[in-house]
Amino acid sequence: MNRTLRENIDWVGHVDWTVRDFHGYDTARGATYNAYLVRDDQTALIDAVKAPYADELLGSIAALTDLSGVKFVVCNHAEPDHAGGLPRVMAALPNAALVCDKKCATALSQHHDTTGWKMRIVATGDTISLGRRTLQFLETPMVHWPESMFTYVPEEKLLFSMDAFGQHYATSQRFDDEVPLGTVMEEAKIYYANIVMPFGKQVAALLKKTAGLDIGMIAPAHGVIWRKHIPVILEAYQNWADCRPKPKVLVIYDTMWDSTGRMARAILAGASQPGVEAQLIHIRHSSLTRIATEVLDAAAVAFGSSTLNQGLMPMAGAVLTYLKGLRPVGKVGFAFGSHGWSGGGPEAVNEYLRAMKWEVPREPLKAQYRPTPNVLDECRAVGGMLAEKAREMAADRKVGGRQCNEP
Amino acid sequence: MKKYVCEPCGYVYDPEEGDPENGIDAGTPFEKLPDDWVCPVCGVGKDEFSLEE
Ligand SMILES: [Fe+2]
Ligand SMILES: [Fe+2]
Ligand SMILES: [Zn+2]
Repeated sequence: MNRTLRENIDWVGHVDWTVRDFHGYDTARGATYNAYLVRDDQTALIDAVKAPYADELLGSIAALTDLSGVKFVVCNHAEPDHAGGLPRVMAALPNAALVCDKKCATALSQHHDTTGWKMRIVATGDTISLGRRTLQFLETPMVHWPESMFTYVPEEKLLFSMDAFGQHYATSQRFDDEVPLGTVMEEAKIYYANIVMPFGKQVAALLKKTAGLDIGMIAPAHGVIWRKHIPVILEAYQNWADCRPKPKVLVIYDTMWDSTGRMARAILAGASQPGVEAQLIHIRHSSLTRIATEVLDAAAVAFGSSTLNQGLMPMAGAVLTYLKGLRPVGKVGFAFGSHGWSGGGPEAVNEYLRAMKWEVPREPLKAQYRPTPNVLDECRAVGGMLAEKAREMAADRKVGGRQCNEP
Repeated sequence: MKKYVCEPCGYVYDPEEGDPENGIDAGTPFEKLPDDWVCPVCGVGKDEFSLEE
C-alpha cells in the first residue's frame, strides 16, 4: 500500500480490521488509528495508536529511520485510541520530547505514569521547526475533548486534524481517491453523528479558523486521508455543524404488542410525501450508532414507545439518553405510543424531546391497548404535518439553523 | 447571583466561588468576567455558556 503523504512524510498507523465495538460505537467497517512520521533534520511522530499496537508502530518507524532520530512526539489528543500506546513509544524513543498543550499534559498524566517524559508544552500559534518543515499548533477545545489540537505543516499545506474529518473505516488504502467516495462520506457522517455532533458550535468556529489556512491535504487520526475531496468533506462538516436538515422524517419506535408499531406505520404513511424522505426505525432492529446517524440530518422525528411498567420501553430509554447527550438541535419532535391501565411511555418520550429543546408542536398522541381507526387517522395527519414541516425547514436555511451557531 | 453552565462540557460557573486559579475572585458575577476568560475545564469562550436552569 502507498503510505506516503508527501516526500518523507509517511503513515505509520494500524489498521484494525476486526473491531466492531468502539466504546459502544458500532464500527461495522472496522477502524484505523493513524500515526504519521515527518522525517526532517529533526524527526517528529504525529500521534500514536491504541496500546496493543505500539510495537507495530515502533516497527514501522524503525523501517523508515533510526529511533534515536525521533525528537518530537506530538500528542494532539489524549484519548486512549491514540495516546494509549504512548508509554511504550516514549520508552522506546530515547531522544523524544512529548509535545502537547497544557490540558493534554494533565490528561496524559492522569492516564499514564508520565514521570521521566521530556515535555514540551505548546499553545495555539506556537511552532516547532524540524528543519525544512515547521509544525504549527492550533488548539481545538471540545473537538472533541478539552485538550484536542490540530498540527499544521505550512510548507506542505498539510493539516493533521486528529479525530475531526475522521472515519471508522478499515482499508488497505490510505487516500480518499483510492476508495469509493460514497463509502467514505457515509463513514464520515456516522463518525460526525456519534462523536462530534455535541460540539457543532465548536466545529463551526474551527471551520472559520481553518478557512485561513492553505490546505492541500487533511490527515485525520482515523480512516483515509483527504487529498482529492477536501471541499466535499469541509462542506459536509459545515452543513452538519449548521444543523442544516434534509427534508427527512424519521419514525423511531419500540413496541410490545405492535400497537405503537401500528401507530408508527400510520405516521410513516402520512409522512411519505413527494420530496420527503420518510424512514421507519424499529429500535430493537437497529443500533444506537445508526439511529444517531439518521437523526443528524433529519428535520422531524416522531418517537414512539409503548408503556412498560408505567414508563419507557428500556431500549427507547437508551436511545433517548444517547440522543440527549449528542444534543441534536433545531428539530421538530413528536411523541406517541400505547398504554394499558397507566400512562407513562409517550409522556416520558415527550420530556426528552422538550429537554433537547426541540420544537414540539403538539401533545403526545396516545392509544389505550389498540389504536382505534380514529387514532390511526390522527397518526397519518401528524405524519403529513411533519412532512410539511420537514420540507419547509430544509428549504429555509434560517429555520433549520435557528438554534445553531447563533450567539 | 446567577450560575452559568458551559454547554459543551457541563462545567458550572458559580459566582460565589469565582475561578481563583485563573485570577477570578470569588463574588465575580458571570457578566463581569473578562472577555478573554475561558472555561477552566474545557477551554471554550464565554459565549458557550448559558444560564443554569
Ligand atoms: Fe477522540
Ligand atoms: Fe479517535
Ligand atoms: Zn467547558
